[in-house]
Amino acid sequence: MSVLKTTNLIKRFGEFTALDGVNIEVNEGEVYGFIGPNGAGKSTTIRILLGILKATDGEAKIFGLDAWEDAVDIHKRIAYVPGDVNLWPNLTGGEVIDLFVKLRGSNNKSSRREELIGKFDLDPSKKCRTYSKGNRQKVALISAFSSDADLYILDEPTSGLDPLMERVFQECVLEAKSAGKSIILSSHILSEVERLCDKVGIIRHGKIIETGTLNELRHLTRTSLVVETKQPLTGLNEISGVHGIEKKNHAFVFQVDAEELDNVIKHVSNFGILSLESAPPTLEDLFMRHYEGTGKTLKTGVGGAK
Amino acid sequence: MSKQLYKNTRILSGLIIRRDRVRIPVWLISLSALTIIVAAAFTDLYKNEGERQALADTMKNPAMTAMVGQGYGLENYTNGAMMAHQMLLFTLMAVAIMSILLVVRHTRADEEDGRIEMIRALPAGRLANLTSTILVLVGTNVLLALIVGFGLTALGIESMDLEGSLLYGAALGATGIVFTAITALFAQLSESSRGTIGFSITILLIAYLIRAIGDVSNEALSWLSPLGWVLGSEVFVNNYWSPILLTVSVAFILVVLSLYLNATRDLEAGFLPAKPGKKKASSFLLSPLGLAFRLQRTGLVAWAVGMLILGASYGSVLGDLESFFAGNDIMQNLVTPSEGFTLTEQFLTMLMSVISMICTIPPLMAMLKLKGEERKNRTDHLLSRSVSRIRLMGSYLLISIVCGFVMLSLAAIGLGAVGNSVMEEGIAFGRLYSAAMVYLPAIWIMIGLAVLLIGIAPKLSGLVWVYLAYSFFVVYLGGLLQLPEWMSRLSPYDHIPNLPVEELDYMKVVILTIIAIVTIAVGFIGYKKRDV
Repeated sequence: MSVLKTTNLIKRFGEFTALDGVNIEVNEGEVYGFIGPNGAGKSTTIRILLGILKATDGEAKIFGLDAWEDAVDIHKRIAYVPGDVNLWPNLTGGEVIDLFVKLRGSNNKSSRREELIGKFDLDPSKKCRTYSKGNRQKVALISAFSSDADLYILDEPTSGLDPLMERVFQECVLEAKSAGKSIILSSHILSEVERLCDKVGIIRHGKIIETGTLNELRHLTRTSLVVETKQPLTGLNEISGVHGIEKKNHAFVFQVDAEELDNVIKHVSNFGILSLESAPPTLEDLFMRHYEGTGKTLKTGVGGAK
Repeated sequence: MSKQLYKNTRILSGLIIRRDRVRIPVWLISLSALTIIVAAAFTDLYKNEGERQALADTMKNPAMTAMVGQGYGLENYTNGAMMAHQMLLFTLMAVAIMSILLVVRHTRADEEDGRIEMIRALPAGRLANLTSTILVLVGTNVLLALIVGFGLTALGIESMDLEGSLLYGAALGATGIVFTAITALFAQLSESSRGTIGFSITILLIAYLIRAIGDVSNEALSWLSPLGWVLGSEVFVNNYWSPILLTVSVAFILVVLSLYLNATRDLEAGFLPAKPGKKKASSFLLSPLGLAFRLQRTGLVAWAVGMLILGASYGSVLGDLESFFAGNDIMQNLVTPSEGFTLTEQFLTMLMSVISMICTIPPLMAMLKLKGEERKNRTDHLLSRSVSRIRLMGSYLLISIVCGFVMLSLAAIGLGAVGNSVMEEGIAFGRLYSAAMVYLPAIWIMIGLAVLLIGIAPKLSGLVWVYLAYSFFVVYLGGLLQLPEWMSRLSPYDHIPNLPVEELDYMKVVILTIIAIVTIAVGFIGYKKRDV
């Protein structure tokens, strides 16, 4: 069942088109990774989902309700963590957590609050003006994960956290997931997305250019191979789908398009394989592949938007 | 539907009160205490009708009318009439400023910092924050009205009865409420908190100016200004309540408009869009001096225009002065006649000291900007590069000193140009200009004090404002409140020779300049040595 669904979401700021037909679907119990470079439209999308920006066109539905019209009803069941948390300088962290709880309604467990404060190692008695960026981030995370939400909207939630706290964060996400909650996570830390997310959407210039499970996405891209053979390996460049051939000591390093893998292995095996290493592409490879040559496309993109 | 708009307004109002549990009481107590203390002081100072009437006669001139508003009840100058005439307008301005600052703090400033975003992501209505801000501010202003109203009544002064006192309080409250509404509107229009404060203060100043021009020339004009409406209630004289009703109704309309705009706009967007900036820095920007100037350029230009207008508006009343003095025995007695000088020239000396004190504000702001930059850790960017502290502070000092000179010059030019066009016998511009320029050493001392505080005790640098306010108080109101002379001698402005009436005493001017140089030098040494 889909918890969150956007259809052809368009957002224009004056003449600038920030979102140009965004389609996202997140199902119950799913963690959706939302990645893309700065300025691609991640935060704009999230803010439309939160009902604080109004879409120029298209539809954004959460729990089957309209994100703008029914914002208050939706917000009772979601939790949001922004990437840049600013808090009221003269309130303490504990006060802010309680305020957020109160604004939400009463579906919070105070035992959970204490547990999370312990886990994230936050001193709730300090004034927010004394908190570092990481500590302000913790306040927002504790408020979010101590609430009994059905959908978590996390916009680069771990910026400023140390690696230990990032691990705590990942535990919280996995816990929520195993409890059947849905999560949309926008992040630049691709290893984090890789570890947590079931589904990934890549956004560029306000359009989702790739979406699917990691396995599906990997299928679309190249596998890197490191091959050492008895006889000198020749004729690689003649096979279609082989890229970036390099010779390192006795081995060849190259990338192969997924659909050509079969041909390549057949060819290589003729030379007597001594060793063969194959690595699936990381999300970073995927990401980079989509963004290689952005310099070129950027111009047409922005120019077109103007 | 109203749930989508207003849910959790009550809790957010609680949050505002919690955040301002010190700030709001401080404003309320200072404003009401000021009003009540002055009312009591007036009664002590002017014991009988004769004394009050003498004062009333000195008030019957266009300059005073422009400054404090039309004098209602000057013919029968009771304590109440005096209070409403001399104190109400300035207190109104202070109440307006309180409302502007508080509204911006809880609307655009919170939005700019991303706090509203987190509130809005919770089940809080789209208008809940703006509504709660307005509710708290209306509550604050009503409370102020009641405290002042009952406080003045409690003094038991004959001419200040319950109705008048309550109206006096209501005048303050209504102004606070209308400026709450104006600021709420600009918080929707402008994209930044600075912009919102800027626009709202501009409206306040325009309201003051329109009323000043209207009161002097054409009364109908004053009815274009909210300050004019409130003063039109003629507190303690005729006690009209309808202007208060008008003010509150206008506020209500503005509130509805701003709620409408807030409901339709995107978060963090405004209706007055910001222009895109430059892609490359001009070579002018690329030095500590250039940067320091660039950071303050807009503010300084605004002040420059303001000073020119200030000078011009004082100048516009000079023409009527002579005829006014001629028909007024008491006034002629008050200003000690000096041979060979017109009364206008003598009046000018008092005007110059007031102008020079106002002209001290922008140079002080320019100097204290260094402290503000330090507090936000932005001087680190410069000092961690090849910029010495002397060069950094020197850049701000240079801007500050040039600024003082420019501001004073512009005010004098405005005064001279407009003044001479309305006077039958003009004053030579050179004499007028030197009467202004002679105040430069006093301004330098104030700048020097700012440098000294930044260098030695940066946390106390706000004290320089206290000193300026003190100077203004003793020099401007000293005579009115009959303060002892030593109190005014503590201000540098008091030591400046009153050109053109007095001789230019070079010795005094040189000594003041030396004091300024020494404080600046000590400030520099301190700044070089201390932790940043």
